[in-house]
Amino acid sequence: MGLLSKKDANLILDPLTDNNPITIQVLGICSALAITAELEASIVMAISVIFVLGVGNVVISLMRNIIPSKIRIIVQLIVVATLVIIVDLVLKAFAYELSKTLSVFVGLIITNCIIMGRFEAFALGNGVWKSFLDGIGNALGYGVILIIVGFFRELLGSGTLLGIPVLGDPIAKTGLYSIGYENNGFMLLSPMALIVVGIIIWIQRTKNKALIEDN
Amino acid sequence: MTSTSHTMEHVELFFKSIFIDNMVFATFLGMCSYLAVSKKVSTAVGLGAAVIFVLAITVPLNWLLDQYILQEGALVWLGPEFAAYDLSFLSFIMFIATIATMVQLVEIVVEKFSPALYNSLGIFLPLIAVNCAILGGSLFMQSREIATFGLALNYGVSSGIGWFLAILAIAAIREKIRYSNVPAPLRGLGITFIITGLMAIGFMSFGGMLTGGDEETVNEETTVNVQPEAEQLEQVENSDDTAVLAETN
Repeated sequence: MGLLSKKDANLILDPLTDNNPITIQVLGICSALAITAELEASIVMAISVIFVLGVGNVVISLMRNIIPSKIRIIVQLIVVATLVIIVDLVLKAFAYELSKTLSVFVGLIITNCIIMGRFEAFALGNGVWKSFLDGIGNALGYGVILIIVGFFRELLGSGTLLGIPVLGDPIAKTGLYSIGYENNGFMLLSPMALIVVGIIIWIQRTKNKALIEDN
Repeated sequence: MTSTSHTMEHVELFFKSIFIDNMVFATFLGMCSYLAVSKKVSTAVGLGAAVIFVLAITVPLNWLLDQYILQEGALVWLGPEFAAYDLSFLSFIMFIATIATMVQLVEIVVEKFSPALYNSLGIFLPLIAVNCAILGGSLFMQSREIATFGLALNYGVSSGIGWFLAILAIAAIREKIRYSNVPAPLRGLGITFIITGLMAIGFMSFGGMLTGGDEETVNEETTVNVQPEAEQLEQVENSDDTAVLAETN
């Protein structure tokens, strides 16, 4: 890690595991779950949040000394809203079908608690380079969970990944379907997103006992 | 006849937003505060009430903005030469600015005129400006093309009530589950996620509520029956809890 000191590297690596925004900090769940029925949508959502949080953290960090603390929430909201409008317009221009699938959830990145949370907790008190790394790290931690959930929901729910059938053809009964496997349509419904995240939390905390909390 | 169908429209939207399109269970809006503030019933009630309050103000307000400023051709009231403008790309920034301002304003007004209400709601108001449920309410109002001001108000209030019900139910369950023997790694967050998932599955059964038939009378019957059903559901959940409780004891 020539470019990054050990401390800087931790800014990126910590949120991926032991300080994950979704499973440990409980931030940003709102927009995370509704769009994970397909892997592609999860990946696009993750990339959007990486862009918004990375750039947003830099902007807020640059302005941290000139923002009056009384109106900082509004300033932060305007910064995020502007970035999200950019994301939304880019998606509409280059991936129109996908932006229809994501519908209002692109807009909801604005109120994604991860973003406001990192602005408040980190970017307002730290330099530009560190804030950038922190933003990227947390957005990656968010993206990882999104992609894991999207992967299992699409694989078990429709037997495809990124729209490509990987388990065989359910109609012609090839691949796994020839031995009687059926798609679990339940995985595509919204409640299963919650249960999959619950299971991820369960596995993570079984591996790292320090994370277990009181009832 | 038009007035009855008008009322039906309101009744339908009301029950649909509370049960079928419940903000928490169908669209996962406001999950962050839902998970963070649901440890005690009393605080959950406070936050839920604040959400209803703010949604009831911001959704109709944003509806007006959407109709008269943002939509394509909405600026035509300024003069025919403005008909070609489409400002809908500004809706995110307009909506969030309205919400942030309104929350601030409501906080000031409530503090001035009703200190008692301020003491119970006040601490939650700043939290609410960044609650996804509030912005989500406005964005869904826009994408579902709610037709009139009255319906927008109805939508704001009823989806707020849906959110309130959800956080009340989970807080009650979490208070009881404290006495149960949950596997250690699942304690706290994990089990809350799974319970919410199960509740969401339960709420999916309301999906058949408004598709019961094509006759209006049939619709009316189904909507009338809804309230007791919901109560029964809660009772069943409660009795399940007590059963678990009894077992562990």
